[in-house]
Amino acid sequence: MKEFTPAPDSASIVSVTDRVKPVTLGMGVTSVHFLGPRAAFVGGEENVAFVDAKGEITTVAVHSGGILSTASDGKRLVMGGDDGKVVALDAKGEVTLLATDPKRRWIDAVALHPDGAFAWSAGKTATVKSGRAEEKSLEVPSTVGGLAFAPKGLRLAIAHYNGATLWFPNMEGSAEFLPWAGSHLGVTFSPDNKFLVTTMHEAALHGWRLADNRHMRMTGYPGRVRSMSWSAGGKALATSGADTVILWPFASKDGPMGKEPAMLAPLQARVAVVACHPKNDIFAAGYSDGTVLMVRMEDGAEILVRRNGTPPVAGLAWNAKGTLLAFADENGDGGLLEL
Amino acid sequence: MSEATVSKIPVTVLTGYLGAGKTTLLNRILSENHGKKYAVIVNEFGEIGIDNDLIIGADEEVFEMNNGCICCTVRGDLVRIMDGLMKRKGKFDAIIVETTGLADPAPVAQTFFVDEDVQKNARLDAVVTVADAKWLSDRLKDAPEAKNQIAFADVIVLNKTDLVSKPELAEVEARIRAINPYAKLHRTERCSVALADVLDRGAFDLDRILDIEPDFLQADDHDHDHDHHGHDHHHDHDHGHGLKHYHDEDMQSLSLKTDKPLDPNVFMPWLQNLVQVEGGKILRSKGILAFHDDDDRYVFQGVHMMLEGNHQRKWKDGEQRESRLVFIGRELPEELIRSGFESCIVS
Repeated sequence: MKEFTPAPDSASIVSVTDRVKPVTLGMGVTSVHFLGPRAAFVGGEENVAFVDAKGEITTVAVHSGGILSTASDGKRLVMGGDDGKVVALDAKGEVTLLATDPKRRWIDAVALHPDGAFAWSAGKTATVKSGRAEEKSLEVPSTVGGLAFAPKGLRLAIAHYNGATLWFPNMEGSAEFLPWAGSHLGVTFSPDNKFLVTTMHEAALHGWRLADNRHMRMTGYPGRVRSMSWSAGGKALATSGADTVILWPFASKDGPMGKEPAMLAPLQARVAVVACHPKNDIFAAGYSDGTVLMVRMEDGAEILVRRNGTPPVAGLAWNAKGTLLAFADENGDGGLLEL
Repeated sequence: MSEATVSKIPVTVLTGYLGAGKTTLLNRILSENHGKKYAVIVNEFGEIGIDNDLIIGADEEVFEMNNGCICCTVRGDLVRIMDGLMKRKGKFDAIIVETTGLADPAPVAQTFFVDEDVQKNARLDAVVTVADAKWLSDRLKDAPEAKNQIAFADVIVLNKTDLVSKPELAEVEARIRAINPYAKLHRTERCSVALADVLDRGAFDLDRILDIEPDFLQADDHDHDHDHHGHDHHHDHDHGHGLKHYHDEDMQSLSLKTDKPLDPNVFMPWLQNLVQVEGGKILRSKGILAFHDDDDRYVFQGVHMMLEGNHQRKWKDGEQRESRLVFIGRELPEELIRSGFESCIVS
C-alpha cells in the first residue's frame, strides 16, 4: 500500500491527521464497528450512532440502559444491555430484539457466528440461538467473562473463572473444560481454528493449542489486556495492555510457544485498543492519551492519525475492504480516515 | 491518591449478619431527601424490596488472585459490575454494595485496591456493619462471619437497641469494643442514623487517617493524656483503657505507640514482612508514623496483605511527633508484633 511508505529521510513521523474527517458524537463511546459502508459508534448507553463517509450522523436507539457487550460481522451488530435484552442492528439501521433474559439480568457477553447464529450470556448461563432451532443453554461454574464462536462448525468458547469451556450446542454432553487458574474475561479463536486465547483478569493472556490442549502463557503486560485483534490470515494476534502493541506470532503450528512477541509502536502511553487491517499486514492502535497510529507489522513504520492530548481511545474499526478507518475516544470525539 | 479521590465515585460497603437490618438501612439511605442518585449492588438471592432505579444483582463470586497469595481475593462479579456501571457514568453519584449476611468483607474491600480499572474509577469510602443488639453476642460466638464483619467495620450501626435492656446493651457494646474499638458506633432503632454518619466517611482515605484513637475515647471526650512510659509499650496496652477482655474472643485489636522516631529503613521492611507472613490473620491495619530525620507525617493503611502509604503532611509546630499503629485481627501474634515494632525505634 503506497500510503504506508513513510518518507525515508523525514525526521518526524508521517502524519495524516489533516486527512481525518472529525466526528463529534456527543456521547460516551465504548466501541466502534462498520456495518456496510457506515461506521457504527456504540454509546455507553442507549444509542448507536451511524456515521457515513460524508460525516453525517444518524442516531439509533437500541437499548433502554447501558450497552455492555457487542459483536459484529460487518453486516449485523449484536449487543447486550443492562436492560436484559439482546438486540441486533443491521446496516440499514433496523433494530431487532433477539432475546430477553427472563429475570432482566445484565447481558454480559455476546458473540456472532458467520452463519448468523448468535450467543449471549447472563450470569453463569450461556445461550445459543441458531436459525430456527430452539435456544440451547449451558451453565458454567462461574459468571461468563466472554464468548466466541469457532470459525468452523457451531462451537462456542465460554471464558469463566479458572478456565474456558468449549461447547457444541447441538451435541448433548459435549462441553469440554480447559482449565487454567484465574479469571478469564475475553476469548477468541484463531482464524485457522487451531488456538483458543483468553484475556485474563491478571495482566496476561492464556492460550490453548486445541489439538492437544497444550498451554500457552503470554505474560509480561503492565496492565490488563482489553483488546485483541487477529491480523489478516491470522498470522499474528495484536494486543493492548502495554505501552507498545504486543504482537504474538501464530503462523507456525506451535503458535507463540517458545517465541518472543514483536513489540511495535512504543509511546509514553498505554495501548487501549487495536484493530488489524482486514487485508494487509497493518494495524491501527489507539492509546490512553488519545493518540491513534497506523503501523506496518513488517518493520513497525508508523503513521500518525490522531494526536495525543484527549481522553483514551475507546474504539477503532476498519471497514471490510480496509479503505476506511473509524475511531473515537471515550468522550465521543473521533474521526473517519479514508485511505 | 487524594487529588484523584474527588472525582472517583465513592463506594459504601454495607455488611451485617442475617436479619440485622441491612435492607432497612439501605432503604433509609435511598429514601432520604438528599438529591443524590445511588447505584445499589445487592446479592441476587438476597432479600428484595429495595426501592431504587439502579439495582444490580451480584453473585458474590470470590476469586483468588493469581499472585500466589491466598488471602488476596477479590469479588470477580464486582469487577464486572463496576466495568458495566462505568458505561453509565453521570447517572449516579455513589455506589452502595450490600453483601449477604455470610459474606467476608475483605474480598469486597480488596477489589478496590487490587483491580486497576476499578481503582481508576471508584474509591472505597467505608465498610458499614449493621449489628443486631439482641442477637449479636450469640452470633459472635457461633458465626465467624459476624465477627469478621465487626472487625472489619469503619462504622457499626448497632440496631434494635429497643429490644434489649440497658445491661444487655452494655454487654453487646463491650463485646464489639473487645474486637474493634476503632469503628464509629451508633446505637439505633430501625436503623435510624444520620446519613452523614454512614456515608462519605473517607475511611480508606489516607488523608483522613487523622486520628486513630479508639472511638469510645473520643466519644467520651475525656482527656486521654498520653502516658509516656518510654517505649515500654506493655503499659500502653489497649485493654488498659477500660476495655473488657474476653478470653473466648480470638478476634481483637492491638495498638502500638512510641514517641521515639522510627527508622524507615527498618520499619518498612518489617511492616511489609509482617503483613506478608501474618496477613491472613490481620484484617485491617492503620498507622501514623514519625520517622527519624523526616519532617513529614507518614500514614498507611492496609487490608490483609495489601498496604498503601504515603507522606501526608508536615508535622505541625508543637505537635507531638508520635507513631501509632493499630492492627485488628484474629489470633494476632502480639509479642512478635510488639518486639518487632520495638526494633524499628531509633536507639
